[in-house]
Amino acid sequence: MQKIRLRYAKRGRLRFTSHRDVARAFERALRRAGVPMAYSQGFNPHPKISWIGAAPTGVASEAEYVEIQVVTPVDPDRLAAVLDAALAPGLDILEAVTAGPGGLADRMEASDWRVELPGVPPGELRAALDRLLAEEHVEVERLTKDGRRTIDARPAVIRAAVESADDAPRGVGLDMSYPERSCGILRVVVRQTTPAVRPDDVLSALRVVAALEPPVPAKATRLAQGRLDDEGGLSDPLALDRQAGLG
Amino acid sequence: MSVESVFPQLEPLLPRVSKPVQYVGGELNATVKDWDAATVRWALMYPDAYEVGLPNQGVMILYEVLNELPDVLAERTYSVWPDLEKLMREHGVPQFTVDGHRPLGAFDLLGVSFSTELGYTNLLTALDLAGIPLHAADRTEDHPVVVAGGHAAFNPEPIADFVDAAVLGDGEEAVGEITDIMRRWKHEGRPGGRDELLTRLAETGGVYVPRFYDVVYRPDGHLDTVRPNRERVPETVAKRTTMDLDAWPYPKKPLVPLAESVHERMSVEIFRGCTRGCRFCQAGMITRPVRERSIEGIGAMIQNGLAASGFEEVGLLSLSSADHSEIGEITKQLADRYEGTNTGLSLPSTRVDAFNIDLANELSRNGRRSGLTFAPEGGSERIRRVINKMVSEEDLIKTVSAAYANGWRQVKLYFMCGLPTETDEDVLQIAEMAKNVIRAGRTASGRKDIRCTISIGGFVPKPHTPFQWAAQTDPDTVDSRLRKLREAVNSDRDRSLGRNIGMRYHDGKPSLIEGLLSRGDRRVGRVIERVWRDGGRFDGWSEHFSYDRWVSSAAAELEPLGVSLDWFTTRERTEAEVLPWDHLDSGLDKQWLWDDWMDALDAREQDDCRWTPCFDCGVCPAMGTDIEIGPTGRKLLPISPVGVGSPVRNPALTQ
Repeated sequence: MQKIRLRYAKRGRLRFTSHRDVARAFERALRRAGVPMAYSQGFNPHPKISWIGAAPTGVASEAEYVEIQVVTPVDPDRLAAVLDAALAPGLDILEAVTAGPGGLADRMEASDWRVELPGVPPGELRAALDRLLAEEHVEVERLTKDGRRTIDARPAVIRAAVESADDAPRGVGLDMSYPERSCGILRVVVRQTTPAVRPDDVLSALRVVAALEPPVPAKATRLAQGRLDDEGGLSDPLALDRQAGLG
Repeated sequence: MSVESVFPQLEPLLPRVSKPVQYVGGELNATVKDWDAATVRWALMYPDAYEVGLPNQGVMILYEVLNELPDVLAERTYSVWPDLEKLMREHGVPQFTVDGHRPLGAFDLLGVSFSTELGYTNLLTALDLAGIPLHAADRTEDHPVVVAGGHAAFNPEPIADFVDAAVLGDGEEAVGEITDIMRRWKHEGRPGGRDELLTRLAETGGVYVPRFYDVVYRPDGHLDTVRPNRERVPETVAKRTTMDLDAWPYPKKPLVPLAESVHERMSVEIFRGCTRGCRFCQAGMITRPVRERSIEGIGAMIQNGLAASGFEEVGLLSLSSADHSEIGEITKQLADRYEGTNTGLSLPSTRVDAFNIDLANELSRNGRRSGLTFAPEGGSERIRRVINKMVSEEDLIKTVSAAYANGWRQVKLYFMCGLPTETDEDVLQIAEMAKNVIRAGRTASGRKDIRCTISIGGFVPKPHTPFQWAAQTDPDTVDSRLRKLREAVNSDRDRSLGRNIGMRYHDGKPSLIEGLLSRGDRRVGRVIERVWRDGGRFDGWSEHFSYDRWVSSAAAELEPLGVSLDWFTTRERTEAEVLPWDHLDSGLDKQWLWDDWMDALDAREQDDCRWTPCFDCGVCPAMGTDIEIGPTGRKLLPISPVGVGSPVRNPALTQ
């Protein structure tokens, strides 16, 4: 039984999909593409698909990960191509590798987020961010299914900066209907904690410390996730599998 | 003049609403065509939430049929939830299609499919958000022509003020003809304006244009006459019938939503129409005669549909799927073909007497063994004779015993409450039946943990059925019978049985309003509009439905006219009465319907004309149609498994 790890992106309008929506779309695309999926045994067999976290509804991502199992060996690159063709544009397969030793989930220590704030001047955003970084704890409220809960958003924030629009990686950020000079862009590396601190929570923290109120909803994109290296960067979680594949 | 997408205005609102994905479109197999290259542009609406509307077969079929025409464009729209409606009003965003996000007002035609009357208020929301005048009389040449279809269109009188036209029956061919008339009229430079266009539609005899018929009432509130008010418009309007289902293999490419929907499977309609003759069943009466799709046609649709959609389950759809003349062969051969691919088959509606355990086993061979559902509809033998649902309790027990013995753990039974001539005793028999099912199931399976769920709906008399004359049972009586039934299910003596019986039901109030909208005439339109202006939305959803609002609006609008909510619902009609839909021809002979109603009151049954001689319901001679059934004796080829772990084989992937 071969295990394959995939990196995929959730882009544009498809950022409004929930994790369940993405999971259903994947299952169906795998069937359309004729991928020889392994199924669980039992009364209600399910295709063997393991999800590694998931960007929240409304948030785009360039770095989502999933692991699948097949009953007949397949070439990962070819799988990536046929699956990408079967998925809706906006759910895009970026890479596929045969799984090497070690769990994938263990390699996800932190995420690098890019948050566009249309209508928020970069200077104002920078000032708010400075105040956030000066604090040790910032309690924010979040609405969950079970009511309101309070979490401390500050300790999970490892690194944060305000980016100028020119720094944007290509293909990210896209359909911006605001003039660039009035769109503040926040880059923030957040440690994966329990409960998870999400881009929304960081924005709530900015509201708490500096009363920052974006006039329209922010657009967040996860650019990368992986293990934190010594310089505060993120290592590629599929690097080990790629090496194992070559060796 | 090109039409811009409203998505840039909509997008900033989406993070603020629930389930935003339902508004972004981009479904697999959706079509967005070039606006300027199209001559005739249709917006198709299902007037309920996206999750309910998207899987609707009618809309899906027409969407594909229309988009296959080179100069025609069709896009879909669904009801927006109140959270988005509020934001759209604040920000001036019009009702939009999910395909091109184009404003509804820009289309030539707006086709609205009404499976149920409870979508009427949602039509008004969509029209209003689109900037289309609510009243057809106020629309100009610049507004879309609003066409109603679906089963509720067999009595569109309650929405006669709001729609320009209604089409009865099958839509596949009708939409093409309407498109032709629209195309020619536009091509000729729109001679005679909207009035001429509607007249051309009406004179075909297959499109009902309410404004061309005058309704006269008697002083006592009864209808006197409904007559055409101009030449070129026929006295009656006939329903449409698509005879050869194999010639219309739609949907070829089923829409697959990103959002979750109520039916997570692909559906293939294996036949249309039903002659079982259940007297409560409007669908069975108005879709006659029976027309089967051939086994090869079914096989090809499933193969193409699975490859195009990736669904894990195929629903073999019809009004009574086990009645297909080759159902045994179909299920066996499909199970063979999809062995090892985790593709489940389901029969959404199955009659107890047509079901057998071979069928059940074929259905569950390659997929999930979901629950089995049967609809005895009535608790007592007597009431089942009244409604002509001839299922004996013995048949039922035999069937469920076999199911439990073969590994099923759960059986669902559907019933109705409030049927004509019904007494408390008839309803209490449901409890006995459910207990007998549990007893039989325990014996057959040797286990105690099997379950039976009884689900009870309120009966609503519908136009074009033998019960169209019946008095609807008032909600208090329905509620009291359901209360007694619950007590009987849980009675102390049989507590060990009652524990394994689940009971699901709704109170009788929404049914009464559905009754008003089903058998109403044009005067009921005022009630709908008043309810809507007062905030009425999504009446099919218990969290949005307000009985009090309907009752008070009905009182305010109807009583000054000498009629009332009760007059339209709980009043029995006489033979001589002019019914609001008498000028709309479903093919059924009114005398036959009346005789069948009399037979019902005497608890006399009527056979099925597929296997007994014709009993002259009137449809075939009136519509020039005939029963189209097999068996054909043909086979599905190849009878070999198609893939591994997927119903599709992809040689490019595994060498």
